[in-house]
Amino acid sequence: MKLIELYVALFLSFFKIGLFGFGGGYAMLPLIRHEVVDAHPWISINDFTDIVAISQTTPGPIAFNSATYVGYAAVSNMGFSTFQGILGSAICTLAVSLPSFVIMTLICAFFFKVKNNPPVRSTLSVLKPTIIGLIASAALMLINKANFIDYKSWIIFGTVFLASLQKIDPILLIALSGVAGILLYH
Amino acid sequence: MKRYLELFLVFFKIGAFTFGGGYAMIPLIRNEVVKKKNWLEDDEFMDMLAIAQSMPGPMALNTALFVGNKRFGFKGSLFSGLGIILPSFITILFIAIIFTQFKNNPIVERIFKGIRPAVVALIAAPLTGLSKSAGISRKNAWIPFLVVIAVWLLKISPAYIIAAAILSGILYPIYLKKRIKR
Repeated sequence: MKLIELYVALFLSFFKIGLFGFGGGYAMLPLIRHEVVDAHPWISINDFTDIVAISQTTPGPIAFNSATYVGYAAVSNMGFSTFQGILGSAICTLAVSLPSFVIMTLICAFFFKVKNNPPVRSTLSVLKPTIIGLIASAALMLINKANFIDYKSWIIFGTVFLASLQKIDPILLIALSGVAGILLYH
Repeated sequence: MKRYLELFLVFFKIGAFTFGGGYAMIPLIRNEVVKKKNWLEDDEFMDMLAIAQSMPGPMALNTALFVGNKRFGFKGSLFSGLGIILPSFITILFIAIIFTQFKNNPIVERIFKGIRPAVVALIAAPLTGLSKSAGISRKNAWIPFLVVIAVWLLKISPAYIIAAAILSGILYPIYLKKRIKR
């Protein structure tokens, strides 16, 4: 695949993610995964889970983080140079931000006039439960053989799940899970 | 020019210190935008949050663009947008360049073996709380179930699901109106 074709494909995928990425964060995961793992051979499912982990421990929204990461990884995995990879990062980050730029510019001009009209309100009332479904899908599709390799994985999962319900800082939980990984796997 | 630079710096700071994104950053943004800078009133801020959450794209970006545009016009939104994007761009680019070289290192692999199931738990755990705030009841619980079946089992692209949700939201009141007329 030629570099320019790869750039165009990356741009289109991340533009789509920006445009249809409702609910932010985890709700965008199924969409991002569909584009970068299933629809295109850019990164593996293991890489995808790792990006989510990196995202949770670094600043910024996951949509930006995955755009920057996948833009670089997809280009450099195909054997192109570091500089071409950085350009890939920039293209994906621009693409994922562009829909927001257009929409928020329009909103600032018009939204307060239409905020309470029935189609806008009923659209929001359908979108909210849809977003819950998308987050649940994100969790379910990450429960796979690549991420859960044995019973120890399930112990980590259960422990973190319970700790998270107790409102323990996710960054701390990820750091501790990394330590658990070093201790449990040889 | 000075006020554009100020706008850029405030959102750069917000972008650099919000881990996990989304809801964690609301108090931080409010502190900067409402309390320190007086760019928005508190009720404007609440309205803005509702908008930023219900539009596509990352909430952090939508918030930055809204504040920039509302106070200093389109050019303002360019500066606030760039400010919120740059910190994560620089960080992740750095990580991507390093990580693609080190990910086959055995210790890094062991660390991620531990982290991967934890990530899934961190996504699943907040679901009950989120369901409450999204107003899930017996009447509309079929919607998330249907979405899970479509996305998880049937592997339909979420873009179609979102488009269908928006379309039905727009058409439903029109349908109701027609039925009432009859």
